[in-house]
Amino acid sequence: MSKRVPLEGSFATAEAARMADVDVIAAYPITPQSHIIERMSEFVHNGELKAAFVPVESEHSAMSACWGASGAGARTYTATASQGFFLMHEVLYFVAGMRLPVVMAVSNRAVGPPANIWGDYSDAMSASYTGWLQVFAANNQEIFDFTLSAFRIAEDPRVLLPFMIHMDGFTLSHVVEAVFLPEQEEVDAFLPPYKHPYAYNPDNPCCYGSVMSPATYGELKKAQDVHVRGTIPVIKEIWKEFGDRFGRYYKPIDSYKAEGAKTLLMVAGGLSETAKIAVDKRREQGESVGLLTLHLWRPFPFEDLYKAVEGAENLVVFDRAPTLGGPTGPIIGEMKAALFGVRNDLRVAGILGAFCGRNLEVTEFEEVIDRGNAICERGSQEMVETVGIRG
Amino acid sequence: MPEMLEVRWHGRGGMGTVTSAELFAAAVIDEGKFAQSFPSFGPERRGAPVTAFLRISDEFIRIRTDIAKPDVLVIVDPKLLDQIDVTVGLKDNGKIIVNHHLSAKELKEKYGFKWPVAAIDGLKIARETIKLPIANTAMMGALNRITGAVTMEALENQLRHRFGDRADGNIKAMTRAYNELDMED
Repeated sequence: MSKRVPLEGSFATAEAARMADVDVIAAYPITPQSHIIERMSEFVHNGELKAAFVPVESEHSAMSACWGASGAGARTYTATASQGFFLMHEVLYFVAGMRLPVVMAVSNRAVGPPANIWGDYSDAMSASYTGWLQVFAANNQEIFDFTLSAFRIAEDPRVLLPFMIHMDGFTLSHVVEAVFLPEQEEVDAFLPPYKHPYAYNPDNPCCYGSVMSPATYGELKKAQDVHVRGTIPVIKEIWKEFGDRFGRYYKPIDSYKAEGAKTLLMVAGGLSETAKIAVDKRREQGESVGLLTLHLWRPFPFEDLYKAVEGAENLVVFDRAPTLGGPTGPIIGEMKAALFGVRNDLRVAGILGAFCGRNLEVTEFEEVIDRGNAICERGSQEMVETVGIRG
Repeated sequence: MPEMLEVRWHGRGGMGTVTSAELFAAAVIDEGKFAQSFPSFGPERRGAPVTAFLRISDEFIRIRTDIAKPDVLVIVDPKLLDQIDVTVGLKDNGKIIVNHHLSAKELKEKYGFKWPVAAIDGLKIARETIKLPIANTAMMGALNRITGAVTMEALENQLRHRFGDRADGNIKAMTRAYNELDMED
């Protein structure tokens, strides 16, 4: 029996980590992630969670401590955002390359300068090539569900990779809404104890992460890439089991009123829910438009994308991170790359906005649909087109 | 009640403005309905103007923006009335609830509000019940009198859960504000 409780997004991921009975939390506080770490610290202090809370002096150390803990066989959890995320960047690659199932919540926030604290995906998008599995949550229930299932997926012997849950800073992390929490027994039945097959063991010393020369590095990276890509069936299998147990089913790309739609709008994260209202309004006016919510960002869900866009003529992708001097937005660019040569008949437009916590109203999502359609009809667009931003 | 009720709270850091919005949302959720509450996202400083948002609906709430066009305003710090235009975006059929020693009629005249006004001296009530000058729980009672969004019992449960030993005074403050609210159309 699950119970329905009011919970802010930060506490939703913390609650999932507590119910997953994590062994080690190593973290450094940063807005808007602080509530997550404060709550984990309270759990440990109050005896609600038997774990080691490691208060480190920086995010680089936080991820390094997670590396050691996970490698030694401890179920390990952390959280960060923005500048802190960037400080741990170097270690992100090591944790992924070492095949360690660390689970991390990222309370997404813009990057400075200018100094800021508000949300966008500038931090998330910087980690696209680190080898971490990554999902975007659209509401607080998904934050809980994705965090809990992340432990199971990451620790599966067929996966053994770290997992990032992206949750909008403030617009999810600080919003209180209803979340269904399962019973502890249900969680225990879903999530077996973590056991790394090659855990660090002083009685059986091994060498990890040794030097590789040009003669072998390429092969290892190729193998790592094949492995990361190959985890999609396991992710789907475990999300299916999660759905069977808890009643909520997740897919790499979720479709909303998309069947037979001429135009599909694609949005990742919490703003996809505001976008649904825009789609509802346009459907009421007889317009053939639907929404794709991008959940799984890594590995990139190629097959799910091809299936989701079947029959559509226009795909309008919304992005929340600037790529200063690069090709358009990061999600737009990847969608174009993934579809090129596969669906040359599908016209793809991209619009960026909602940087640094800027509100994006329903009417502005309608503007995205209209301008996206116009770009598709015209067949060309400016490299960077924005909505709700002056200049 | 409209399909979705949107409430904007105005107070200052340390007055419990954000907490009130949160507890009200929690009570609504506890009764099986849907609610969303969140603060204006900014650096938190004691004494600085704070805005909190509350949405209430029978259905899952999907909009994720600040509330620009509220149905109801709750003014926890009356001094803000002299300093900023708190009524920005208030719907034509909106309502204003103010924590103030003046009556609703006097407030309407003083500020020239075109909307119905409800007034409660939350500070006086709080001093008498909680023994502290914190009017936020009184304002929860006032808001519920105006909206009828939730049972008083559900609100009391939230106060007990949050304030434990100190809940009784807060419940008294909330109940008194509910009963003593002065309204002027």
